[in-house]
Amino acid sequence: MGWGLIRLYAIAVYGFMFLPVVAVVLLSFNANQFGSFPMTGLSLRWFEALWNNDAVMRAFRTSLVLGLMTAVISTMLGVLASLALVRYDVPGKNLITTALIAPILVPEVVLAVALLLFLNWLGIGKSFALLLAGHVIFTLPFVILVVQARLVSIRRDVEEAAMSLGASPVQTFFSITLPLLMPAVAAGALFAFTISFDDITGTLFWKPGGVETVPTQIFSMLRNSISPEINALGTVMILLTVGLPLLGAAIARSLSTKRGT
Amino acid sequence: MSIERREARQPWILLSPALGAVGLLLIVPLLFIVVYSFWLRSATGGDTAGFHLDNWIKALTDPFYRYILLNTLKIAAITTVLCALLGYPAAYFIARSKGNKMILLLLMMLPFWISYIIRTMSWINILGASGALNSGLMALGVINEPLQMLYNEAAVILGLVHFLLPFMVLNVYVSLEGIDTNLEDAATSLGATRWQSFLQVTLPLSLPGLAAGGLLCFVLGAGTYITPLVLGGPRDAMFANLVFEAIITQLNWPLGSALSLLLLMVLGVLVAIYNRYLGMAQLAKGLG
Repeated sequence: MGWGLIRLYAIAVYGFMFLPVVAVVLLSFNANQFGSFPMTGLSLRWFEALWNNDAVMRAFRTSLVLGLMTAVISTMLGVLASLALVRYDVPGKNLITTALIAPILVPEVVLAVALLLFLNWLGIGKSFALLLAGHVIFTLPFVILVVQARLVSIRRDVEEAAMSLGASPVQTFFSITLPLLMPAVAAGALFAFTISFDDITGTLFWKPGGVETVPTQIFSMLRNSISPEINALGTVMILLTVGLPLLGAAIARSLSTKRGT
Repeated sequence: MSIERREARQPWILLSPALGAVGLLLIVPLLFIVVYSFWLRSATGGDTAGFHLDNWIKALTDPFYRYILLNTLKIAAITTVLCALLGYPAAYFIARSKGNKMILLLLMMLPFWISYIIRTMSWINILGASGALNSGLMALGVINEPLQMLYNEAAVILGLVHFLLPFMVLNVYVSLEGIDTNLEDAATSLGATRWQSFLQVTLPLSLPGLAAGGLLCFVLGAGTYITPLVLGGPRDAMFANLVFEAIITQLNWPLGSALSLLLLMVLGVLVAIYNRYLGMAQLAKGLG
């Protein structure tokens, strides 16, 4: 099998991955009122309709607040746990790591059911608190994986130098370790935000009636029919969830070249 | 308190919030639904605590549930095989490309960042009655009436492959990158054709990555209920749809507990077999 053939095959696979996404973006600018092919012209009317759609805007705010809170909590828990696992000899380290990664090993549906039923039994029914708890627990492993990978590469002697010069462990953490760890913290937080912002599998189980996040809003709009408004919403989501990490990566890269590392 | 004892306590202080969260929000809830699955939902809507096997008997013997379970495993298996067939050559292309590998890999991972629901519903634009394929074929005069391509099992599998392919590519890519290319050169210099050296050197060495990707595709595919709801017809339910039905629609939480645990056990057996032969480290490599 020649290299040319492999290249052709790979291009076809890329096409398969991108074709439907391109269709979403194209159709969101469609002037045609049915939102279907053939396109009759370019227009921003569907984005305007989105802007004026109260339900969609409400869903956006919910998703944004939920994603930000998830990112903050998950990153704090993840950074602390990663520090313990990388910087100390903890007995049973493998078991602890497995436990912390467990939320992504358990199918999300099962996690969703278990959390819903248990917290409900404790008296916390379907609510924003339940949503937040759920989102934190399944974004945590990703934060830990990202932060741990970076922490391993930060040399211990820099921290020891600071401590030998009289800095306390807390001072050392805030003035040495944390700045060095910042790219990973930012990446972890961004990861947590995007996963939370995109989630639907767990969210449909946990959300209280009447509250929608962007994905569940799209899901309920799909039940009616696929209107170009959904495609416009899709385009905004794509910009947010693909644009943000790319922007983050670009910023991280420019920061690290400035520092010369 | 001595310094040593304080030192020894520090990591636990750092770990306790995360471990507490996982314990309280995952491990205890899982144990809780084990207990819950033996309770009964009474006709009045309340739950009767106790030790009843009814939910388990229903989950394990109901022919409809068994049919859906087998069908779910079948769909996941087909999806996994298709992901391997599409993903392996693509990963090989990226790993052995002389161009900018990072850009190629990033391009393949881009759709991974796009929301699952968007990627799933995007297929309606392609396969729907007024989608790209139908309107294209009609414009060409190949067909006069739109073909019914949505809301069947094939559409569900297509959606799942599109969703899971990046996992496969990434895992295979990581393992291909780890292979010393000198090995292939050595095989060729000893007289093997490129195809032979691929079959006897590269492919076997990349099998761990293929297995890790396959496991992820299978487990994630078998646990979904959104794709069948969006792209499948009324008869294309998967096992997670039964869980969703029991919990959200019928509000029969004890039965829902038993069904989710059954799904967890079936998939858990697969993960355990994988762990026995290949270990979790390979999986972490592909995720990180």
